[in-house]
Amino acid sequence: MLEHRRLVIQGLFILTGLVFLVRLFALQVTDSTYRLKAERNIIQTIIEYPFRGLIYDRNKELIVHNEPIYDIMVVPRDFYVEDTAAFCELFRIDEATFLENLKEAREYSSVKPSPLLKKISHREYASIQDHLYQFKGLFANPRTVRRYTQPMLAHQLGYIGEVSQRQLDRDSSGYYRSGDFIGITGLEEQYEEVLRGERGKSFRMVNVNGIAKGSFKNGELDTASVAGKNLITTIDMDLQAYAEKLLKGKRGSVVAIEPSTGEILVMASSPSYNPNELSGKYFGKNFKEIEKDTLSPLFNRAIMATYPPGSIFKTVQALIALDEQVIGPYEKVNVNKYYMGDHADLGIYDVAKGLEFSSNNYFYEVMRRVINQKESANYFKDSRLGMEKWAEAVRKFGFGSRLGLDIPGEVAGKVPDVETYDKMHGELRWAYSTIYSLSIGQGEMLVTPLQVANLAAIIANEGHYITPHLVKGIEAKGEYTPLEFEKHETGKGTDYYPAIIEGMSRAVKRTANLAVIPDIEMVGKTGTAENGLKDETLDHSVFMAYAPRENPQIAVAVYVENAGWGGLAAGITASLIIEKHIRGFINKKGWFDKENYVLEQRYLEAVEN
Amino acid sequence: MSREGNYFANIDWLVIFIYLLLTILGWFNIYASVYDPVQNPDIFDLSINSGKQLLWIGTGFVLILIILLLDFRIYESFSPLFYGIFLLLLIGVLLFGREVNGAKAWFEIGAFRLQPAEFTKFVTALFLARYLNTSGLKLTQLNVQFKVLLILAAPIALIMLQPDTGSAMIFLALLIPLYREGFPAIYLIVGISIVVLFILTLLVENLFIFIGLGVLFVLFILIQEKKWNKILGTLVVFIFITSFVFATDYLLNNVLKNYQRSRIEAIFKPDLVDPQAEGWNLEQSKIAIGSGGFSGKGFLEGTQTKFGYVPEQSTDFIFSTLAEEHGWLGSAFVIALFIVLVSRLSFIAERQKSPFARFFGYAVAGIIFFHFTINIAMTMGLFPVVGIPLPFFSYGGSSFWSFTVMLFVLLKIDMHRAEVLMRN
Repeated sequence: MLEHRRLVIQGLFILTGLVFLVRLFALQVTDSTYRLKAERNIIQTIIEYPFRGLIYDRNKELIVHNEPIYDIMVVPRDFYVEDTAAFCELFRIDEATFLENLKEAREYSSVKPSPLLKKISHREYASIQDHLYQFKGLFANPRTVRRYTQPMLAHQLGYIGEVSQRQLDRDSSGYYRSGDFIGITGLEEQYEEVLRGERGKSFRMVNVNGIAKGSFKNGELDTASVAGKNLITTIDMDLQAYAEKLLKGKRGSVVAIEPSTGEILVMASSPSYNPNELSGKYFGKNFKEIEKDTLSPLFNRAIMATYPPGSIFKTVQALIALDEQVIGPYEKVNVNKYYMGDHADLGIYDVAKGLEFSSNNYFYEVMRRVINQKESANYFKDSRLGMEKWAEAVRKFGFGSRLGLDIPGEVAGKVPDVETYDKMHGELRWAYSTIYSLSIGQGEMLVTPLQVANLAAIIANEGHYITPHLVKGIEAKGEYTPLEFEKHETGKGTDYYPAIIEGMSRAVKRTANLAVIPDIEMVGKTGTAENGLKDETLDHSVFMAYAPRENPQIAVAVYVENAGWGGLAAGITASLIIEKHIRGFINKKGWFDKENYVLEQRYLEAVEN
Repeated sequence: MSREGNYFANIDWLVIFIYLLLTILGWFNIYASVYDPVQNPDIFDLSINSGKQLLWIGTGFVLILIILLLDFRIYESFSPLFYGIFLLLLIGVLLFGREVNGAKAWFEIGAFRLQPAEFTKFVTALFLARYLNTSGLKLTQLNVQFKVLLILAAPIALIMLQPDTGSAMIFLALLIPLYREGFPAIYLIVGISIVVLFILTLLVENLFIFIGLGVLFVLFILIQEKKWNKILGTLVVFIFITSFVFATDYLLNNVLKNYQRSRIEAIFKPDLVDPQAEGWNLEQSKIAIGSGGFSGKGFLEGTQTKFGYVPEQSTDFIFSTLAEEHGWLGSAFVIALFIVLVSRLSFIAERQKSPFARFFGYAVAGIIFFHFTINIAMTMGLFPVVGIPLPFFSYGGSSFWSFTVMLFVLLKIDMHRAEVLMRN
């Protein structure tokens, strides 16, 4: 009767075996999560950060390079300090931060390393390096920060910083990871993908205590980091330094372009900051201070500030009228009525003379001929049609839109058009008599210093410009690849330019005679941009010019805020930049020391007071 | 002499073959579990566990020789003496033993350590077998049942005092031969029901269990004869079961030690357990097994094993090494070997003519089966973590010897099964 129990027992044995086989099959074959967990256990990923590309000036002079810094990493499980105070003294960290960082590290992982001290400079590291080995669970993780050979060009270079959560969310390439550095403004942002290179990754196996036990799959999956490419900029650092020196103590900007190539030789904006301050350990603290500064040193005036163009705009008026053939290059016009106040007398003017004397009422007539071409019998309709033509022609000079400079932040400025005035006055309720102040560059028109420098380049080129740019080529592994830039024509014809150039050349001698450079003929135009304030503060001093007259090498725009007459502060500054570029030095012969004059002007302080 | 010639003729070669196979596989796996790819030690290196295990295997073979040479009758004759001696040793270990991992389970003589509990299940099996061989004795009799439970309870109680729950639990393996010899199945059913109820209280809200029990109770009363004493009897059972459910919570929270509770919770409430802390062993063991895949990572290629993620790698968790390096195929092969072994042992037990030999045969099969089942179930997370070795596989002299001795005493007795018949 008990015989059947033998079968029960046998059955139990076999059943148990089957249960195990099925359960094991589920665990080992069906479920792949354990395989991943096993790999996650042993695989430690080591990120190899590539060297960010270097930035050079046009003469291959180094501007931006990398400097090693160190993160001191801690493995909390292995780390123990007896005397916290002594440790903090040794590593120059305050106790609260130390405890906070250690706590965070523990919360992250007890066996994986986390940063305990971040961004230790090379010098600081040298002093603590010897103590490092005394503490188990501490090691140094070398990284790099950006360093700038000279404390200038801050706005154009930009800076790098830890990638923000917002950028991480928007990053569709999935390249960035929390803690990575990314270019934030300027060239660093614009050329981020060129500069950053490719991160390298290596996998190694670690045991339960985090001790390395060799490479994973013999390094089959490892990738080496690829260094970032170098940027060869168009900037001439010597000239840039000179421009920044001349702008000290002033609010303003200098933009210099090589007309034939569109290469930007100088782009300076004052006040500025030392780019080294926004790099390394004190980035956060320094950034806050710079940001709070009431002079807003982060503001790049050269491409972000907009001004009414003032008298320099007369050149554009003349060019448009000549292109429309509503005046001839040598046509005499009898200016016999004051439509507006004028420094120049009434009389017979041609284009060159109009520019030489900067006659407001001559340009009143010039623009009137563009706007009222009698295409419609209705005065209002005719103005409207003329305005359409005019706005389009102005835009061709690069006004009213971004020129496409290769750094972010450029603003468009403003070219008023039919829509603008329809909105202001109502359709067909305005005519030339409403808008004529545009003829001398006042009114609704707004331009940036970059656009004005570009205008100087257009005149130097006699009718075209190359998109202005800061980087002319990219260098990788010693191989140089030049970048290409678009050429833009600004009008239908170009044969009328000599008249303009002649007028501008004479204008320099007449209205900015202190700026004249002996034996280098400068073609330019002074201007005064209204500051918009109804008080005694001086208007902005504006000057644009190119030189030499034959084979132009440099086109410059200078804005000095609240410095009054364009022929003085701006004109002299521009002449110094031009002379320095062409001659290589300033010829100080004569009774007037231009350099001293500019350096002594401290308009900024005057405004402050 | 012709007697010499067929001396081994009656020995069961299949069991010996499986025994040797398991021992060798075990030895290689012990080597794999302590192998360090950087130091690349020799399998014979006496400073690592595989080298030492070879010593235990060698001395085990000497024991086999002695067993085969000794008279098979001594085991039955001297079993009360053995039983008595080992009970004394269990008391002795509590007084003079050395504490390892929180249990006073080891005698230490020089560098040599011995765990009496490992051998106690063997002598208890022998003693019970002898007791049940008394003619006219029936396992259905209450006084017999009482004595049997007493013989079992004495070593269990002493081992629980060490405390070593795992080793104590193994004595339940003797329920298998007892069941075969006619021990009433109702005890097993009640026992299994208690275990199921215990697990249920861990998994399900007490309220639902009470509702379920209540429904069962009402159904019972409706089905059975409407007699007061029957209804009263059912009520008593219901109250008893209900209080057991309450007692489970109490047991979990107040009687069991923290580590024991968390080991039980690791099985039934895995989300309550922190895999970085108390759930570490089980989690890492499961990762080792699960990452083995179908055919394994290869001999000495297991990363969980090599890099120390699984604790007690060469002893209690040896199966995870096997499963990681040899995958489902390797594990299935070893499981099959064990199932064939215990089935063969129960076959051997059945062919015995004396109840003593039959009981002992089933006892050996049962003990090996329990060890194997609980150990593997534990490494896979089907059973709470208790420290019991995988027979022939796990590193350790005491356990290897005790399994070897049990197995070969059975084979020795089996060799003489015909003589037993003649004697009777």
